[in-house]
Amino acid sequence: MIELSGVHKTFGSNKVLRGVDLTIASGTSMVIIGGSGTGKSVLLKSILGLVTPDAGQITLDGQDVTRGDRDAFLARFGMLFQGGALFDSMRIWENVAFRLLRGTLKRPKAEAREIAIEKLRRVGLGPQVADLYPAELSGGMQKRVSLARAIAAEPEIIFFDEPTTGLDPIMSGVINDLIREIVTEMGATAMTITHDMSSVRAIADNVAMLHGGKVRWTGPVSEMDATPDPYVQQFIHGRAEGPIESLR
Amino acid sequence: MSLLSPVAALGRVTLGLLAHLGRVAIFAAQVVSHIFRPPWYPREFFHALMQIGWFSLPVVGLTALFTGGALALQIYAGGARFSAEAVVPAIVAIGMVRELGPVLGGLMVAARVASSIAAEIGTMKVTEQIDALVTLSTNPLKYLAVPRVVAATLAVPVLVGVGDAIGIMGGWLVGVNRLHFNSAAYLKNTMDFLEVWDVSSGLIKGAAFGFLVALMGCYHGMHSGRGAQGVGAATKAAVVSASVLIFAANYLLTELFFS
Repeated sequence: MIELSGVHKTFGSNKVLRGVDLTIASGTSMVIIGGSGTGKSVLLKSILGLVTPDAGQITLDGQDVTRGDRDAFLARFGMLFQGGALFDSMRIWENVAFRLLRGTLKRPKAEAREIAIEKLRRVGLGPQVADLYPAELSGGMQKRVSLARAIAAEPEIIFFDEPTTGLDPIMSGVINDLIREIVTEMGATAMTITHDMSSVRAIADNVAMLHGGKVRWTGPVSEMDATPDPYVQQFIHGRAEGPIESLR
Repeated sequence: MSLLSPVAALGRVTLGLLAHLGRVAIFAAQVVSHIFRPPWYPREFFHALMQIGWFSLPVVGLTALFTGGALALQIYAGGARFSAEAVVPAIVAIGMVRELGPVLGGLMVAARVASSIAAEIGTMKVTEQIDALVTLSTNPLKYLAVPRVVAATLAVPVLVGVGDAIGIMGGWLVGVNRLHFNSAAYLKNTMDFLEVWDVSSGLIKGAAFGFLVALMGCYHGMHSGRGAQGVGAATKAAVVSASVLIFAANYLLTELFFS
């Protein structure tokens, strides 16, 4: 279980997080929604330790994430980055097997390659892409490779940062379905941040809306449409009028 | 505007500069400490060695060749004023191995390598590849900076050695073909005047310059701002700071070795 309590983060004069409280139960899929610049990515990076919160506490299974063995902590996570974040200088299979080629999870090269090809197959890519470089793939294929890399070491917790940004609706649907299937079959805890409401409905067990640096609303996805919260209603229906200020 | 405004501005600039120097010093100390602690990344090291050493050979070699030739012409013309044309081989050799070989070799590597390292690491930063490394349990400093810094520290002295030889050859070519020196006498003169310390001091300078070049490339790449403008600024800062540090280190090492 991941628990955040009173998490604050400020960049210069910009108070991004102003006391976030959130609980993500093990084996569930939590989707964080909210407008651009509301701190969704900062929240996710705070859990991973890529950003250090100014105040508050983040725990994983009751343990403070800032203490203990960092490698062992990170080995429990997989992450799909918004832009894929594939390493340009490496072949696709080396990207997928990155964690299996070094560190505590190191395997023989042939075995790591075999696992990488199996993970590529799992995300719908054939072995012929294994020896290509990231620049030779389309955006959708790069997202799939990034997904394969996120699941390569069979993590307990997977983070997805805007998994469908920049993809056409059909490819977005394919990625959403893949994420849902993989999270379910691995029994992993998932946390996704997105603006895409089709992703929310396809991926989420629970939804949390971030606004003004705090969690404005959280609940099961089945209750999202019925909530009377005007912020949630404006966001999920994409209305220009409402309590969330928009520039026109 | 207050009377003290210029003083306050000067103070701000000084404090900013000191803070920057402190950050660079901490970064350098972290890189050096990681050199001696596992895990090590031999594949990244050999890749960096090829990029920095092997692929810099043409530019360093050509620079040394033309510099050696020009130096021979200058010494000959200058020496003629007091009938000292005969010192051309010795001064070309000493000038190349003590000063021009290491400094020009270091500057050429700074232009080629510091910019490339800063642009590569800066792009990795803005495309979240460095964050990805962290989530994959890999320390970016250890994985990206240490192999490049070690490779440059080892490769640049070799480049300087090769550059010295090519520079002396450039002087010999001009001396024999343009200034009509006897070939065997030119070479003998060169060898007679050159001492081991002349060469080895230049190679030590090369190692120091290689360290500084890669360190500046990695530091500015890892502290790159966002977007193309941020990467461009990091690349420029890497080349400028590496070049200035090469000149400063060259003066300090020359004081240390020869005063």
